[in-house]
Amino acid sequence: MAGDKVDPIHQFEVKSLIDIHIGGLDLSFTNSSLFMVATVATSAIFLTWAAAPRALVPGRAQSIAEIAYEFVGSTLRNSAGSEGMRFFPLVFSLFTFVLVANLYGMVPYFFTVTSQIIVTFALAMLVILTVLIYGLYRHGLHFFGLFVPDGVPWYLVPIVAPIEVISFLSRPISLSVRLFANMLAGHIMLKVFAGFVFSLSALGTIGVVGAFLPLAMTVALTALELLVAFLQAYVFTVLTCMYLNDAVHPGH
Amino acid sequence: MKDRETGSLSNGVFHDGNKPAAEGTGSSIDEAELVRRRVRLEEQLSALRPVDSKPQNAGPVVGYGQALKLGSEFIAGILVGLGLGWALDKGLGTSPFGLIVFVLLGFAAGVLNMLRSQGMVPQRRVKPPRD
Repeated sequence: MAGDKVDPIHQFEVKSLIDIHIGGLDLSFTNSSLFMVATVATSAIFLTWAAAPRALVPGRAQSIAEIAYEFVGSTLRNSAGSEGMRFFPLVFSLFTFVLVANLYGMVPYFFTVTSQIIVTFALAMLVILTVLIYGLYRHGLHFFGLFVPDGVPWYLVPIVAPIEVISFLSRPISLSVRLFANMLAGHIMLKVFAGFVFSLSALGTIGVVGAFLPLAMTVALTALELLVAFLQAYVFTVLTCMYLNDAVHPGH
Repeated sequence: MKDRETGSLSNGVFHDGNKPAAEGTGSSIDEAELVRRRVRLEEQLSALRPVDSKPQNAGPVVGYGQALKLGSEFIAGILVGLGLGWALDKGLGTSPFGLIVFVLLGFAAGVLNMLRSQGMVPQRRVKPPRD
């Protein structure tokens, strides 16, 4: 924020921390990269530390790790079957990355990695390319049976097949836009209401009294944003599992 | 699926035709028969529809998430249709027909995405006999 101007978009600015230019490419280490590294390091170190005791009766940290493991495991098994469990490392990594990145975004002054569409789009492309490559490798051309639903009369296939193809291609977009839009909208909303507190209290005594209203709203929104952080990680995981199901069983 | 749809259609036709028929000649299909058919149709349809486990009105929080979800599904379909149409026009020089056709298909795909994300497109797991 510059001076007393409240700028809700400022928090999403990507700043270069260490300038790296190789062959005309800007590969600088930015604050976004820093928080991605922090996210990966936090989840890896926490899970390694939490799982280290290997106690039969888990402690608090081990409980958290086991709940996360069982949640992702059961979601994947329910939607993609036991054959889909080979994707467990991928899905679990995605879940922890999105969750920890969302939660890091809730800390004041921290950068929200998942509010950048290129990050969420890269995650979504990772999922869709896995579906595509594994599906083609596993089922060959039968994989394209995905685009012709059962029971469609032959004369409707030329219309239905392109619609199904477009629907398939739109998955990475809707997957990434949903996560990105939720995080972006939530953080802007939070900043706008917090900004009201700031600008109202500059108006004198009445303003200070009035500022309690947006302050209460900010507290409520913080709770809501924590919920959204978990919810979006959950939604991302569930949708990933559903798409992976198409790779394992394309002829449903 | 097909015979069930025609079943629903004929049911509706009978229902509409019931009123004038009842005051006139006295139709061969009485009210109880119609009710029985309607109940049977309802059972068949609800067997096809997935179980709706979501709460109907769960407050503004869910509504906000729902809006973003449906919006992103719909927009994504249109954007992909737009992109494909534009690329086709660019590649084949068929401007503007590729764009027209693929944006319309994109709209259809967007609606399909939305319905599918709401679980309103029944997943037919039965294989057709020809396969």
